[in-house]
Amino acid sequence: MMKKTVSLLFASLLGCVLAVSARAQLVVEIDDGNDNPTPVAVVPFDWAGSGVLPEDVSSIISADLRRSGLIAPVPREDMLSFPKNPEEVSFRDWRMLGTEYVVTGRMQPQANGYLLSFDLTNIFGQRKVFTKQVTGGAQQLRDIAHRAADEIFEAITGIRGAFGTQMVYVQETQRGGQPSYALMLSDIDGARARQIRRFSAPVMSPSWSPNGQEVAYVSFETGRPAIFRENIRTGARQQLTNFKGLNSSPTWSPDGSKLAMVLSKDGNPEIYVLDLASGRFTRMTRHFSIDTEPNWMPDGKSLVFTSDRGGKPQIYQLTLATGQVDRLTFDGDYNARPRVSPDGKTLVMVHRSRGVFTIATMDIVSGQMRVLTETRLDESPSIAPNGAMLMYATKRGSKGILAAVSLDAGVKYSLPSQQGNVREPAWSPYFD
Amino acid sequence: MFKSVKTGLGLACVLAVMAGCSSTDTDDSANQQVVDQTPPPVVEDTTATETAVPLDNVVYFDFDQSLLKPSTRELLIKHADRMRGAAGTVRLEGHADELGTREYNLALGERRANAVRDFLVLQGVNAANLEVISYGEERPAQEGSSESARAMNRRVVIN
Repeated sequence: MMKKTVSLLFASLLGCVLAVSARAQLVVEIDDGNDNPTPVAVVPFDWAGSGVLPEDVSSIISADLRRSGLIAPVPREDMLSFPKNPEEVSFRDWRMLGTEYVVTGRMQPQANGYLLSFDLTNIFGQRKVFTKQVTGGAQQLRDIAHRAADEIFEAITGIRGAFGTQMVYVQETQRGGQPSYALMLSDIDGARARQIRRFSAPVMSPSWSPNGQEVAYVSFETGRPAIFRENIRTGARQQLTNFKGLNSSPTWSPDGSKLAMVLSKDGNPEIYVLDLASGRFTRMTRHFSIDTEPNWMPDGKSLVFTSDRGGKPQIYQLTLATGQVDRLTFDGDYNARPRVSPDGKTLVMVHRSRGVFTIATMDIVSGQMRVLTETRLDESPSIAPNGAMLMYATKRGSKGILAAVSLDAGVKYSLPSQQGNVREPAWSPYFD
Repeated sequence: MFKSVKTGLGLACVLAVMAGCSSTDTDDSANQQVVDQTPPPVVEDTTATETAVPLDNVVYFDFDQSLLKPSTRELLIKHADRMRGAAGTVRLEGHADELGTREYNLALGERRANAVRDFLVLQGVNAANLEVISYGEERPAQEGSSESARAMNRRVVIN
């Protein structure tokens, strides 16, 4: 019997410095699912404490699994019984429902928090797969649920779950007739949205440090675009650039030691790499065209970026050791803002086809391109750390909303904001 | 060569955060005045002579283009006539429409403002008095996705 206790210490630091805005929530709407999702029943968990828990943990787990598109949670009203543990699971009953897996669980109060013991039972195999435990603080019921969902998802699909990750995005609202901008942080399901910082001038291009502690972004608060880094757990902040012209598109290197960025101090936009320890800037491109939107390959040895050196925006790869530049995209007349999947095999980008801007993937080796989205004005794709989904920004009517799609295009959901326009989602790395 | 935020600016940031926490509009507008470092509109200052006819201060561009249109050139020549010999800095603010990616549009806005700057310099305006800044698609003049709204947003504002 495998037992594992997952600590949620990291999250207890959250919320110390961040104001919570109840009106800022994003709400998930599922648009499209996979063809053959696995039916899984997450039975309401037994609660050994008094009163009612402030969050419905098994519902949060069901919602997580459903959003993946690979799992179809069995509706609670279809369940014939609510077993508390694997011994109480009636294989025959669940088989009749077509359920492949049943999740049972027991919530217990602990000093300053909760303990969840949960079990995964394979109905067709008629065996228990595992029993695991997750603990968390009094404010961490959602974290407990996401951790449990990660374990269940990985056991069933073989893919590491990313339900406990977060995202940063930009929210624009009107305040007294003036636009107001905020850098927001939320769980990846849109819950627990909170403001990192508010600005009276535009803020853009948030990018996570690989350790999940910091965000780099561009702010116009000085009257010019400037690049800042900010520790989102402590609020500590540093201005990194103040050059004449563009200071834009910061992205962190995979080892966290450098930032790629765009500076136009030489007369036109060029890619630079800033070594964070020494503060030294190294110019990486030399071309009279627009070179922008750099992003790192997972091995840190090359950058992909957008350039219109061929006349139209296309994606190029720059090998850092040699300075060699190779064009990667040839399909269509507008391919921009590349991001690379964690395995380094797939490029994700904004692609214009028949006049509309969509999100597309490209297999880097074969060059095979595939359009993932059917809306227009889609932009800013950001890939989950497990490489299964990506989050992007789009428009619904005139409103900016966030949406997600799986890299195989089978699963889609949207996250409209209840307030203002939201854009530029940046999916966090894993926090451990 | 890291540059830390200057004390005054740091104060402005603190004020910005404080203003952000409160939801009153008065706080927000007060904060705006602190942060806004836009120089005064020099064009209007110099026209305080006899015939102070205000010049249109926005020029427009085609999609993904930074070429000046012929009609634009006439207007810019008039601006150049007023700027030559005048003291003070003029801000050239480049903008883009919502089509295309944000960072690319930031570069496109700069390219447009540079095109205006280069033309003014050819007309004898001192380059040192011209400051280029791009907002990309972050500050649209007109909201909405119609072609007329987009055409209004592909612009350089002479401030």
